[in-house]
Amino acid sequence: MITASILITGMLAAASAALLGTFLVLRGSAMLSDAISHSIVFGIILVWLVTRQLSGPIPVIGAALAGVLTVVLTQWIAQSRLVRMDAAIGLVFPALFAAGVLLISLYARQVHIHVDTILLGEIGFVWLNTRPIAGFEVPVSTLTLGLVLLANLLFVAAFWHRLKLAVFDPALAAALGLFPTALYYALMTLTSITAVAAFDAVGAILFIAFVIVPPATAYLLTQRVWLMTLLAVALGALACPVGYALAVFWDVSIAGMMATMTGVWFALALLFSPRQGLLVQALQRRQETLRHDCRVMLAHLLSHQGTRRMPQENTRAALVGHLSWPESHADRVIEHAIGQDLVEQRGALLILRPAGEAAARDLFARR
Amino acid sequence: MSLLAELLGSRVVQLVVIGAALLGAISGVLGSFAVLRQQSLLGDTLSHAALPGVCLGFLIAGDRHLGLLLAGALVTGGLAAGTVLVITRCTRLKTDAALGIALSVYFAIGTVLLTVIQSRGDAGAAGLSTFLFGQAAAITRGDIQLMAVAGVLIAAVVLLLWKEFKLVTFDPESARAAGLPVMALQSALTLIVAVAVVVGLQLVGVILMVAMLIAPAAAARQWVGSLAGMVVLAGCLGALAGGSGALISATGRGLATGPVVVLLISAIVLVSLALAPGRGVIWRWRARRRLSRTLTRESRSSADLRRRHVPVRGLKR
Repeated sequence: MITASILITGMLAAASAALLGTFLVLRGSAMLSDAISHSIVFGIILVWLVTRQLSGPIPVIGAALAGVLTVVLTQWIAQSRLVRMDAAIGLVFPALFAAGVLLISLYARQVHIHVDTILLGEIGFVWLNTRPIAGFEVPVSTLTLGLVLLANLLFVAAFWHRLKLAVFDPALAAALGLFPTALYYALMTLTSITAVAAFDAVGAILFIAFVIVPPATAYLLTQRVWLMTLLAVALGALACPVGYALAVFWDVSIAGMMATMTGVWFALALLFSPRQGLLVQALQRRQETLRHDCRVMLAHLLSHQGTRRMPQENTRAALVGHLSWPESHADRVIEHAIGQDLVEQRGALLILRPAGEAAARDLFARR
Repeated sequence: MSLLAELLGSRVVQLVVIGAALLGAISGVLGSFAVLRQQSLLGDTLSHAALPGVCLGFLIAGDRHLGLLLAGALVTGGLAAGTVLVITRCTRLKTDAALGIALSVYFAIGTVLLTVIQSRGDAGAAGLSTFLFGQAAAITRGDIQLMAVAGVLIAAVVLLLWKEFKLVTFDPESARAAGLPVMALQSALTLIVAVAVVVGLQLVGVILMVAMLIAPAAAARQWVGSLAGMVVLAGCLGALAGGSGALISATGRGLATGPVVVLLISAIVLVSLALAPGRGVIWRWRARRRLSRTLTRESRSSADLRRRHVPVRGLKR
């Protein structure tokens, strides 16, 4: 039961975060989620000072407002064009965070607000605060996150096309009267609400991992927004059971391990993505070098064909000596050319085959 | 005044004030380059990525050996910077996504390592979580010496490579054309920012370190237009905020040094954004009002002219 509640809570948090994160990553506003998740500390303590409530709808709304305040302030400072956007982010959220930490240490020492709990979260404790629903004891954070996921799903589904347009071409969206700015603030409000709902499960900083990393991973795997969204949600959710199993096995932080797993997915995608992976890129570069150097060799052979120096020039030794290719590379290029039936080897001499000669002449003719 | 004298008489307060001022000066100088290179948030990523390094240093040393903790932080910080570089160079992902990925994943690994340490039940483990927020009161003479050495080294590097850093910051393309090793210089700048971050962890902690880098530079930029002026002013503002913040925090219980310093430097930024001559918000607002008043006056007088003498062709009343 505890395992189930932890897994469900984690997956709900991951799915809600990834759903919105897709658009944040596409828009280039990923670091705003970092700012928002830190600023909610300020909102939580402010609401507590006024209402003395730590859980329930009012603190959630208050903290979410602090998140929105961060975005508004950042936008406002950046629009003054006195500092750039990234500096504006880095100016606003530390100030709010510092104010929050200070307020906690001044007025809320005796209360149960630990800033490191807010930042790191403890998903293992979600089942401590439950409420009976239909005969089951359901953790409150699971309920909240369920509602948040529903809201995020409705938002993304209702504004799907507008969101896509606002992300890729805000100017056109504005010209068409689709209010990309309003949509942007709605997106940021939902991100703030999600951050508040998720922090006591996964912690404010690990929330960032769920917002940014799965969508970024999906971005490496596909070019379609709907597939990217689906993949992001799936990858985020998948990180939860795997991370949980490893965390139990090694007896380490559950939320930390879940977030680490999103990093593992990203590393795998970065290396092995079929179209943009580092491995594919390296292979392509190698192939390109081989093809290019094969053309260089054909040109070299043609220009010395029938000349006096042909016996010296049209050999493997000349490729190594004159073109300063490493021996292994020269062998690979020759092998490639023989495989393509462009060149044949007679003793030490490399002779152009008809196809090779045609290709070489074509190279010169193109000039 | 006697309170001030009493405070300054205390050994701990002296150390904290000196340390915070040193940190402010170092991060102000380096932050100037980071802000101008549009890498403000790199400091955020570097400081979060220091957590796994600190934990690894602890696991290797077996206790709170400051040198090893800082070395670990430097290594993982450098790794995170490399990760950001690889992601932005080799994929279509934007810089902010790369920064966020490195920040959150390295921090996640750090939290995992933190629980490894805690489960081993080491006595010194509790001290590790202070790296989140810093613990200025725990600062020692040795820490200050370390900071001073780091500060002198950083200042020397910046002075020696001043021209190169300047060109790389403002115009990396022509720096490359001039035959400078741009990659190496940029890496060097990033590396010394990582050193500054590591130095600051002890005092202000992982999360607030980003403000120490950005805020003095952003404030200084409003007042001066040259790199040299900006670097010097940012260093001074950082030192001022650091020193006086540490003093203020010493006056009251519950006033943690990091947050007080950050709030002070944020206030300095706010004042600079509002008041800076020629650039500030208030200045521009007044200039705009003056302009609109002049324009109204002129258009009114030209309208009068038109009505009286000048027939305007094609313009119907």
